[in-house]
This record gives sequence, C-alpha cells and structure tokens, in this order.
Amino acid sequence: MTATLTAPRQRSPLYFAWRRFAANKAAVVAGIVLAILMLMATFAPLITRTGPSDQSFLTQALAFPSREFWFGIDDLGRDFFTRIVYGARVSLTIGFTAAAFSVLIGIPLGAAAGYYGGRADWVVMRLIELFSVVPPLLAAMLLGALTQGGFFTIVLIAALFGWVQVCLLVRAQVKAFKEKEFVRASQALGATPGYIIRRHLIPNSISPIIVGFVLAIPLAMMLEASLSFLGIGVPPPTPSWGQMINTGMNFMYFYWHLAVFPTAALAITVLATTLFGDGLRDALDPTLKGR
Amino acid sequence: MIRFIFGRLASIALTFFVVSVIIFLMMHAVPGGPFDGNDMPVSDAVKAKLNASLGLDRPLYVQYFSYMAGVLRFDFGIPFQSPGETVLDLLARAWPPSLLLGGLGVLIGAPLGILLGMAAALNRNTWIDYLASAFATLGLTIPVFVTSMMLILVFAVWLNWLPSSGWGKPNSWILPVIAYATIPMATYARYTRSAMLDVLNKPFVTVLRAKGLSERRIIFQHVLRNAALPMVTVFLPMFIGTATGSIFVEAMFRVPGLGAYFVSSIELRDYPLEMALILLITLMFCLAYLISDIIYALLNPRIRFGGDRK
Repeated sequence: MTATLTAPRQRSPLYFAWRRFAANKAAVVAGIVLAILMLMATFAPLITRTGPSDQSFLTQALAFPSREFWFGIDDLGRDFFTRIVYGARVSLTIGFTAAAFSVLIGIPLGAAAGYYGGRADWVVMRLIELFSVVPPLLAAMLLGALTQGGFFTIVLIAALFGWVQVCLLVRAQVKAFKEKEFVRASQALGATPGYIIRRHLIPNSISPIIVGFVLAIPLAMMLEASLSFLGIGVPPPTPSWGQMINTGMNFMYFYWHLAVFPTAALAITVLATTLFGDGLRDALDPTLKGR
Repeated sequence: MIRFIFGRLASIALTFFVVSVIIFLMMHAVPGGPFDGNDMPVSDAVKAKLNASLGLDRPLYVQYFSYMAGVLRFDFGIPFQSPGETVLDLLARAWPPSLLLGGLGVLIGAPLGILLGMAAALNRNTWIDYLASAFATLGLTIPVFVTSMMLILVFAVWLNWLPSSGWGKPNSWILPVIAYATIPMATYARYTRSAMLDVLNKPFVTVLRAKGLSERRIIFQHVLRNAALPMVTVFLPMFIGTATGSIFVEAMFRVPGLGAYFVSSIELRDYPLEMALILLITLMFCLAYLISDIIYALLNPRIRFGGDRK
C-alpha cells in the first residue's frame, strides 16, 4: 500500500522503449547478429588474409571448405570466406545508404502531404500509387539498364522504391500532430509552416522515421542482391552475395559450398535486419504493432 | 459507389498514362538499340534501314502515339526477338506455364497460410505461435531465389528426390510451386494471425462467450468472418504478382515461362515486348486493387450501408 503513495520515478519514454525492446528476445539476438556483421564488414581486412579479388589460390580453385579455407575456394581461386566477408560490406553499405536516401526523400514528401493536405496530399498519394502498381523489380531492371548498374545507381534505385514506407509513416504522424494544441499555439504566434514542420512536427515523428529507416535497409539489400543476381547490379569483381549465388548456381551439383555460403549469408543478414527493425518498431511505437 | 468506381477508373487511366510515358521514355533512353547486339553485327547502313523498317527512326513522340494507338486496339506489336509472331501470341505461349505454377503456388500457399495464422492466433504465445511467426518472417524476408536455391540443394542435389529443373512431367513442378507458395503462405499467416487476434480481443467475442456459444462456433461463424475482410482484399494483387511469373523462380527451375522475357526484352531492347509486359502488369495491378476495394466495400457493412459518410 505504501508503494502507491511514493511518487513514481520519472522515466523517459526512451527508457520504456528500451525495456520493451529488451523484452523481445528475437529482436535482441537479431541486433547482436547485426552488430557482429557490421563489425566484420568494418574490420574485414583484419580478419581475412587476402583481398576480396586476389586470385591467390588458383591452383586450389573450387576446393571444398577446410580448416585452412573455412568456406573453401571459389572458381577463380579466391578465398571464399574473404569474399563473403567483403560481400557483407557491399550489402550493408548499400542497405544503409539507400535507407538514408529513402528517409531524405520520404520525410519532406510525407511532411508536406500530412501538413498541407488537400492538393499536396493528392499529388503525393498519386505518386505513391504509381510506385505501388509498377512492379519494383521491373522498373529497377530498366533503371539498371539505363544507368549501366554500378554501386551508386543501385543505392538510388533502392531509395526510389524505399521512400514510400517512410513517407506514409511520416504523413500519418504529421497528420495526427498538426491538430495538437502546441502546433496551434505556434501557428497563432505566427510561425511559418516550414518552421513548424522542421521545429515541431519532424522531431515528433522521430520514432516512425527511425522505424522507416531500419525497415528500408533489408528491402534495399534484397533489391541489390536480386539485381546482382541478374547481372545488372554491382559489377564484378566487387563481391556481392547476389552475384555469388548466381555463380554458385552453375556449380551447385558438385561444389555446393559456392551456393550455400552466400545464400546463408544473405538470408541471415536480411532476417537479422528485419527482426531488429520489427523489434524497434514494436518498442518505439506500440500502436504500429503487427502491421 | 458508382461515383467511387468512376473516380477510381479515372485515376487508373491517369496512372496508366503516366506509367506508359515514363516507361517509354526510360526504355528509349537506355543506350543502344535492338541491332547493336554483338552476336550478329550489322553495318551502319543496314542498321539504319532496319531501324527505319521498324519505325524506330521517327521522333519519339510519334513512336509513342503510334504504339499507344495500337495498344488501345489490343495490338501490342511484334516482338523484335521473335518476329514470327505477335506480342500477344508470345504471351499466349509463355504465360500459361507461369500462370500454372504461380497460380498453384498462391492457391496452395494462401489456404495453408490461413491455417497457420489461425493456429498461431488460437495458440498465442505457445511454441505453435512462435514457430508459425518464425516461418512467416522467414518466408517474407528471404529472397525467393534463396528459397529456390535451398529447395534445389536439399531436394534435388542432396536427397535426389525431385528433378531440379525441367518442364513437362508434373513432378518437376513441385519445387517451383513450393518456391512460389512461400510468399503467399507467409503473408497470409501474418495477416490472419494479426486479424484474428484483433477480432478475438473485441468485446463482442466476450459477449458471445458469455452467452455460452461453443468456442468452435465463435471462431468459425464470428471471428473468422470478421477477420476475413483484410484477407480477401490482399488476395488479388498477390495472385497477379505471383501468377505473372517470377524472374528468379523461373530462372532457377528453368521454367519456359514469362519470367525470362522480362530480362531478355530489356537486354535486347525489344521495345514492343517490354512495353507490353510492363503495361499489362501495371493494368492488372490497377484492376486488382480496384476490384479488391470494391469487394472490401461490398463485404464491409459499415461501408455498404453507411452511404458516403466518412
């Protein structure tokens, strides 16, 4: 009984978000896996013996995994473990940069649509509709052919299809907040719409923005892998898992390791990022749960 | 309702027009033309003549309007990569395999997913729920070519139970159908679980329980019917998405379907085929969304009887 009388300690919303996140075991494990992958990608030169494109073991090409070569040797005499680790670099860099660009496109459009409503909203929604009826992969292939592939193009293509989610989340949040008293007060004091959006509405949308950012990462990584698999993504010899899976397919019957390791690497990375993002979403904004 | 449908049709027409212009421009902006391939080099004079014979020397807007005028008469032109037939003939030949495998995939995957989602929702926070959710997350996050690769490795290479590729004997359809089924199954498992949990927590379910209705009748007569709404509306777009063939599944299992033409039409600058494929898919998606919205309105009494109240 006495416990109810003492004033409850003030806890920040972040504390509760953290508590919710920590209770989600799958998300915590996914976060740890993601952290390990990021460390591996960052310190790739320290944990591998050769460069990713060094054909140092040509005489042992296609060797199976052994104690010396953990993932074996690929068809061109390159240490496959090295290739996989450097592949993480490509995949994660593209995932994170594309997500960053998605957020950069999504925030202003979502904020404008949510705040101004009316015609601005109509235009943005038609734009989103456009992106929802064109199959992303087809358009991405066309764009890939148009720009001849390459690292930065993939990032742009992924961002072009990744902003929709961020935009919708920001739009919903801004729409909900623009009627609140503090925004009305700000308007009454003569603040311009741009100021209100920058100063009040976007800071209040920070959790959907973070969620949108994290959930855009796996989508971008999958798009990169798909395009590289089709041969219009990151050009060789840059190691990309999608590309490796494509090569592995040709050797699958005898040299299974060329197919198994990139497949597993891609699956684990995408899965870890998605679970981490789902956990973050549930923690930061419980009302979005399960959508 | 009528106004709503007409409004949507107008919006579809606008979308269709915008998509067609953008795709047409992008397609022609890709460097190179249909006769720049390396396997059969032709001299510049011949190339110019060939281009002229296909009307490719005209200004872009003329080409666009003449093509779109054909489209309105269901004439999608002649594919450059197989000039002996029209685009529609080619589609009639290449689509059935994709439709068969993809369609089977959705028709098998969706019910299984619903069952899985129901099992998960009714046994919430037990191992069944965790297993089903894990499966749904896996199915939604792992790219389909990775799934296909795993299926081939396990069932064709290691266990040697099924052929890894080919066409003709139905046993070579099994693996691609499984690959196709994973995404609908995972989507439906997820949708069904959250929709059912939503409904199960509604007060009317408590009332039904309180009046002593058997749990089975509550689930099948009330909960499922109320949860079915979002499930019905995602079906058509998903069916279209899967039944137009996946580039990856068809490449992995060497299915002679539509998928390969998505890639080859872009690579070979096969403008009529490229345009036709993208326009048809866009149109089908637009219509699928429209029909889903109409079904949603018809099934939802709040919209059906609510008039235009918002």
